[in-house]
Amino acid sequence: MTDARAEMRRYAIGAILSAVLTLAAFWVVLADGVARGTALWIVGAAGVAQIAVQLRCFLHIGSASKREDLHLILFSALLAGLMIGGTIWIMTSLHGRMH
Amino acid sequence: MARQATDPIFGRLDWSVTPFDDFLAAPSIDEAVASAAAAAVPLGALAVIAVLTWKGLWGALWRDWLTTADHKRIGIMYIVLAGVMMLRAVAEGFVMRAHQVTALDGGVLSSEHFAQLFSTHGTIMIFFVATPLVTGLMNFAVPLQIGARDVAFPVLNQVSLALTASGAGLVMISLVIGQFGTGGWTMYPPYTSATFSPGPGVDYWVWAIGISGIGSTLAGLNIAVTIYKNRAPGMRFLRMPMFTWTALCTSIMMIYAFPALTVATAMMALDRTLGFHFFTNDLGGNMMQYANIFWMFGHPEVYIVVLPAYGVFSEVSSTFSAKRLYGYNSLVIATMAIAVISFTVWLHHFFTMGQGARVNAAFGIATMIIAVPTGVKVYDWMATMFRGRVRLSVPIIYLVGFFFLFVFGGLTGVVLANPTIDYQIHNSQFLVGHFHNVLIPGVIFGVLAGIHYWFPKAFGFRLHERTARVGACLWFAGFVFAFLPLYWLGLMGMPRRSATYDNPAFEPVMWVTAGGAAIVVAALGVTVWNFYASTRDRAALACPVGDPWDGRSLEWSVPAPPPAYNFYALPQVKSLDPWTIEKAEGAPYQPADAYEDIEMPRPTSLGVVIGGAAFAMGFAVTWWVWWLAGVSLAVIAGAVIARAFVQDTTRTIPAREVEAAHQKVLQQARQIRAVDRDDEIAPANLGHAAPEVPA
Repeated sequence: MTDARAEMRRYAIGAILSAVLTLAAFWVVLADGVARGTALWIVGAAGVAQIAVQLRCFLHIGSASKREDLHLILFSALLAGLMIGGTIWIMTSLHGRMH
Repeated sequence: MARQATDPIFGRLDWSVTPFDDFLAAPSIDEAVASAAAAAVPLGALAVIAVLTWKGLWGALWRDWLTTADHKRIGIMYIVLAGVMMLRAVAEGFVMRAHQVTALDGGVLSSEHFAQLFSTHGTIMIFFVATPLVTGLMNFAVPLQIGARDVAFPVLNQVSLALTASGAGLVMISLVIGQFGTGGWTMYPPYTSATFSPGPGVDYWVWAIGISGIGSTLAGLNIAVTIYKNRAPGMRFLRMPMFTWTALCTSIMMIYAFPALTVATAMMALDRTLGFHFFTNDLGGNMMQYANIFWMFGHPEVYIVVLPAYGVFSEVSSTFSAKRLYGYNSLVIATMAIAVISFTVWLHHFFTMGQGARVNAAFGIATMIIAVPTGVKVYDWMATMFRGRVRLSVPIIYLVGFFFLFVFGGLTGVVLANPTIDYQIHNSQFLVGHFHNVLIPGVIFGVLAGIHYWFPKAFGFRLHERTARVGACLWFAGFVFAFLPLYWLGLMGMPRRSATYDNPAFEPVMWVTAGGAAIVVAALGVTVWNFYASTRDRAALACPVGDPWDGRSLEWSVPAPPPAYNFYALPQVKSLDPWTIEKAEGAPYQPADAYEDIEMPRPTSLGVVIGGAAFAMGFAVTWWVWWLAGVSLAVIAGAVIARAFVQDTTRTIPAREVEAAHQKVLQQARQIRAVDRDDEIAPANLGHAAPEVPA
């Protein structure tokens, strides 16, 4: 198989997996009978899985990646942690004082 | 959400949307101001069209500017766009100050009109003045400083500019057609929800900011990748000029901060247009989440716009003191520290929202910490000037003004960082004083210093030094009178954004601030006039060799204006300040060992098409013209797909041609007398610097 075909295949797999994970997230919310807590966890897991799929299939992050890619991923993780962690902390505190 | 039936062709557009009919129906000063402003937009556009037609410049405008992929011209267009928007926003500031003189128990403008003025003033100044100014400077200077021929993605660069311009266009057209939102530049729901602000005003804001925000994200990506991938051989990270370092940090921050803004505006658009409930009061919405997401962007944005200004100050303090930058490594570390810490302080914009004291304390402490690296920088710049051979040129005047005013503004920020104090003075004029005190001496002074510094590089002639010095001093004086009194007003209890007040003690202070605003208008006038006057006298101010200030980094080694491909042969960098070292070793302006064919991007109309379609889409959604929104979206998608099929995207400049051009330039440099710093602003300074020793 040529390089171009392998690359094409990788993009196709990425696109299909991303679509499936997105639809799954919608499905658990729209479907009856999935408990609210369970649905939220599934949506979160699908989101994280989709990040992994896109990094692997679209951005070609893998064992052969360069050091710069690692910098990028670590810095992204740091900022995402700050933003998401901060939001959860702030909004939980707010929620607790709203009663 | 129930919505009244609208016309299938025109949506909710009808003949009553302009301010002119309101003026005719009930003439007043308020409506006259609105109508005059609305008339200025089409009249200004007509004047530009008339001049372009009269001078026969349409072809040149299209070929050399609108379709170009040259980073230098795109950078200049960013700055011109910001300049035009700045004229409007400064005028609005002056109108507000003039109104406040009359606003004791009343005032000439309606409170609705006043609310629109402060909303557009803030929106324009942040998104269409500060952001494009720094993006323009980075676009122009970064590839030249790192020895690159262009940015990493030249066509994407053009698209970024077009998206920013279409957002600016939406704000401008809101003057004539409909009204702008009245929720301030941050547009907090629930006031800005479809329930309480059903008109088109907030939609204009949402789409202007949404579209231009995507442009800024792309611009950040472009500059970051350029610095990572396109540096000249030998240009290690710790040999990069300080401005490039700040540009790297700013562009990385743009990549992470602007998506938060895109998310906030997209959620607001879904709420307003499709009846979602992200930020509504009922059905599970939470409007506090908007403030949270918005400021996750909003605080980094402050540092996005100020870091490149710090970069300019680093360059000019060293160049105009003829000394190497003091504490280069500490400046790099301080810049990186600011870039990260600025993502940990966003809550200080809403201390009073109702979260617990622990949360407030943590963010308050983080806010105080971020002042430390900035303090390090200020000391570094002062130490750079210390015992240097300082010329009091225009950029240095701005730098000295920055020392006095910015440090003061930064200290009031540390005051505000304490949540207990913030509870007392938030939402007052004290806050207005604070953020103008950091943004004007920080960003505007920095960018003006940068424009005066790099103008000769961009156009091949200097700006009139004397006029520019008058302008710089006027900026300083105007700022002091227009904004420092606001601290007193705030402490005395005057709220921000209030169209009227009832304390007679405020009135004399309002006269002072209005006087200050008039001086700011004069300063802007002098600055604009100087561009005209210097262009008129460009023969006497020419500096074709390209090194009028005895510069230190690579951009000063090429002629002014630089060739489209920037460097005749890619430089080999062996140290920091490579151009100074080369001059000190006595052998600048040497031919290269070998020349290569150069591949440059061809012009393309992709940016104009995408920008135009994005503008039409934003306008269409604002006015519920759904067919036009669909068509515009299809045009954007079609243009991107069509571009993918274009094969012939570059042109090649043969090595022989490059060599001939270089020989010509070198011969010119040899013929022109080198001048020392005593003649820096004399006509004899044709851009060939006699180096100041030692380096």
